[in-house]
Amino acid sequence: MAGVYVAGVGFTKIAEHWDRDLEHLMVEAANKAMEDAGVSSVNAIYVGCALSEPLQDQMNLGALMAECAGLVGAPALRMEAAEASGAAALYAGFCDVASGRSEAVLVVGGEKLSDGLSDEVSSGMMMMSGRSWYEGFMGADFYALNALLYRLYSKRYGEEGIPFFPVISHEHAEGVPHAQYPFKISLDRVLESPFIADPLRMLEVSGIGDGAAAVILVNEDLARRLSSPKARIYISSATDYVNPFDREDPLRLQSVLLAVNKVLEQAGVSRSEINMIELHDATSILAALCLESGGFSPPGEAGKLAMKGEFGLNGRLPCNTFGGLKARGHPFGATALYQVAEIYLQLAERAGKNQLDNPRVGLTLSLSGVGAAAFASLLKKE
Amino acid sequence: MRVPGYWRNMPFLYRLAGWKCVHCGAFHNYKPVVCKRCRSREFAQIELPASGRLIAYTTVRSPPKEFAQVAPYAIGLIELDDGTRIISQLTDFREDELRDGARVEAVFRRIRVNGDQGIIEYGYKFRPALRRS
Amino acid sequence: MVKLGDVAIHGYGGYIPRYRIKAEEIGRIWGQDKSGFPVTEKTVAGIDEDAATMAVEAARTALRRAGIDPRKIGAIYVGSESKPYAVKPTGTIVAEAIGATPTKLAADLEFACKAGSEAIAIIAGLVRSGQIEYGLAIGADAAQGRPGDALEYTAASGAAAFIIGKPDHGAVAEIEAWSGYATDTPDFWRRPSDKYPMHTARFTGEPAYFKHIIGAVKSLLENDGYSLSEIDYFVFHQPNVKFPLAVAKYLKVGQEKVSPGLIANLVGNTYSACSLLGLVNVLDQAQPGQRILLASYGSGAGSDAFVIRVLDGILEKRDLAPRLAELIEDKIYVDYSTYLKLRDEILMR
Repeated sequence: MAGVYVAGVGFTKIAEHWDRDLEHLMVEAANKAMEDAGVSSVNAIYVGCALSEPLQDQMNLGALMAECAGLVGAPALRMEAAEASGAAALYAGFCDVASGRSEAVLVVGGEKLSDGLSDEVSSGMMMMSGRSWYEGFMGADFYALNALLYRLYSKRYGEEGIPFFPVISHEHAEGVPHAQYPFKISLDRVLESPFIADPLRMLEVSGIGDGAAAVILVNEDLARRLSSPKARIYISSATDYVNPFDREDPLRLQSVLLAVNKVLEQAGVSRSEINMIELHDATSILAALCLESGGFSPPGEAGKLAMKGEFGLNGRLPCNTFGGLKARGHPFGATALYQVAEIYLQLAERAGKNQLDNPRVGLTLSLSGVGAAAFASLLKKE
Repeated sequence: MRVPGYWRNMPFLYRLAGWKCVHCGAFHNYKPVVCKRCRSREFAQIELPASGRLIAYTTVRSPPKEFAQVAPYAIGLIELDDGTRIISQLTDFREDELRDGARVEAVFRRIRVNGDQGIIEYGYKFRPALRRS
Repeated sequence: MVKLGDVAIHGYGGYIPRYRIKAEEIGRIWGQDKSGFPVTEKTVAGIDEDAATMAVEAARTALRRAGIDPRKIGAIYVGSESKPYAVKPTGTIVAEAIGATPTKLAADLEFACKAGSEAIAIIAGLVRSGQIEYGLAIGADAAQGRPGDALEYTAASGAAAFIIGKPDHGAVAEIEAWSGYATDTPDFWRRPSDKYPMHTARFTGEPAYFKHIIGAVKSLLENDGYSLSEIDYFVFHQPNVKFPLAVAKYLKVGQEKVSPGLIANLVGNTYSACSLLGLVNVLDQAQPGQRILLASYGSGAGSDAFVIRVLDGILEKRDLAPRLAELIEDKIYVDYSTYLKLRDEILMR
């Protein structure tokens, strides 16, 4: 397979952008990414977005993006994989460049959750976490499914350290300009926050925000000609039964394990060579399950390792170095592209106060629903 | 509210009826084309047992709009007497009855009402078993 | 009087919701004294319950006792004055939920509180004529009472279901005789657009309830030659505790024959299910060979009276499902504000 490179990234601040349309947020991210990469045109556009139908009454985002970005004429597709829609767009763009068809593609993801009332967003999220005539019909929403997993986890391993994941994410987000919640929170504050679905607390779940992020993928030839820093990228994906309780062990996200194994094999990298991970911490329990299922922590130990500081900026395996889904923010279709952009910034030594010491390899994990699909992308410094 | 979809799914939603793979035993709560585990195409129609025990539970406090009127409501993971695990709303529970291992039984209830003009969607929920064994 | 014969109950089931409100709690809101309430407490349907869901629960219990293949049920009649839809049968919902589809007939009946007993009479006719093998008669209501009105103390929720077929080995009771008595007596009504019924207070008594029940019962006793001593239990429609006892007194029936079927004090008036739940409670304790006289009452106005003889099948079938007494004991009390939420009295749209 031919090499694919990230040549530039761009993103908006995650916030409630009352005065801007979804496509205009995406254009801002796309323009920044193109300038960052130093390209003025692309062969194709891949758009990731999950909820434009229920929240913006809008489809055909590919053509709309092409127009708003002044790129009319370029093929443009919108990819959807629920919360992992940005990763799905990345996957498609990667395949396009890797196949030799395109020299440069724009992958852009956006979501504008503030356009919906909170119960509309909840309804939208329910479409993403289960089958509409089963979990959706029963009102078993994303948080409820996470809460049930949390209970099973606590029964098997205890909940020690799980509520610490939001503390790590917020610590890393402090002062990050693009983060939605750029401040620290204490473990006590997490523990004292009300239940959203017991035992899951309000401060253990990501918030609602708007944002867009974009990545320029190029082939080896173009990468050599561009002056921007480059990172080689690999991406894999796998699926599992949509309902976690249909799986042999609900506490093992097989989609994560498969996606991670495949991407490591593709990149010829071992787990120990990974310097940092962007986790899918839509909830604290999912952060732990991602680490354990991906083989980065023994089962039942992720929370304890978190308490020991292993996932902090100075730890063994820094996670969510800009705040993750919890504190940087989680605008679904954009999230995976924020993750890739943040790993890119680390590898390019552009991470500011959050800069790790000479990182070489970073991994992102993006999930749809409760691990119905997992995408793992790996970036390697060139 | 999607009436044809509701109508198609009535067998499971009303009486826990579904399709069991003849080869690997996997239960499908929808009419499958191929088995989700072994890709077999042979199924037996069965009704799941209407009783079981509660394995895990939670309470939804900020519900999607379809459920605003019944909030807060409890969701349970239930292991039926044949070992099948299903998700259900829990109803008629006193707070002290929400505990691991509680015996539960299926009842027929309103699930979504869809305002004053839409269809009333019915389905199963689980309540504490009347005869606690 | 009509001799029915050849018609039997094969399965029966009663259902009441788990929630209760005490009359005293309702009185607290409206400043009523703590004594002299028509019942002590009443059942309150949960927020996710209605006449259809309760009909299904009662039908499932009846089916467990009957032990028949539900696809043999050829007709389902649901009597109710609180059907969830103005147009769309409740009977088909029940049919689908108990696995009886496709069934042949499934209409809803309305005759105030007696539509359930009228369903029994219709099903009995269909069975006797051979048009259907089994039929399911249900009375179910999530009764409405205007806040602050006298009815609010009693208007309750519940359902009772009976699977009726030809008598054979295993039937629990035979329906021996039936009589009906109906006139245009407007003591209670509800217009289509109104949520709560209207009533005429004391006019609902002597010219309405008493005249019609006594008319139907007398017809059975006098024309069919039953003597009071041949009847072991009397079950009367029970909108409160006082009315059925007054009928018994008028007929010179001892209270010991009325008490087993008088559950209104702890259940309230479940409208279409009301007298039928009394019958369920009697079937839960009667012995083979004993006779039960059931007299329903529906405003507007009419009464159906049946003589039912208990058969040997009761002994093996009774315990295939929980008895009504267990449901009556299993309760969660709610306060008035919770009651308003459960009964959808909080305006949310």
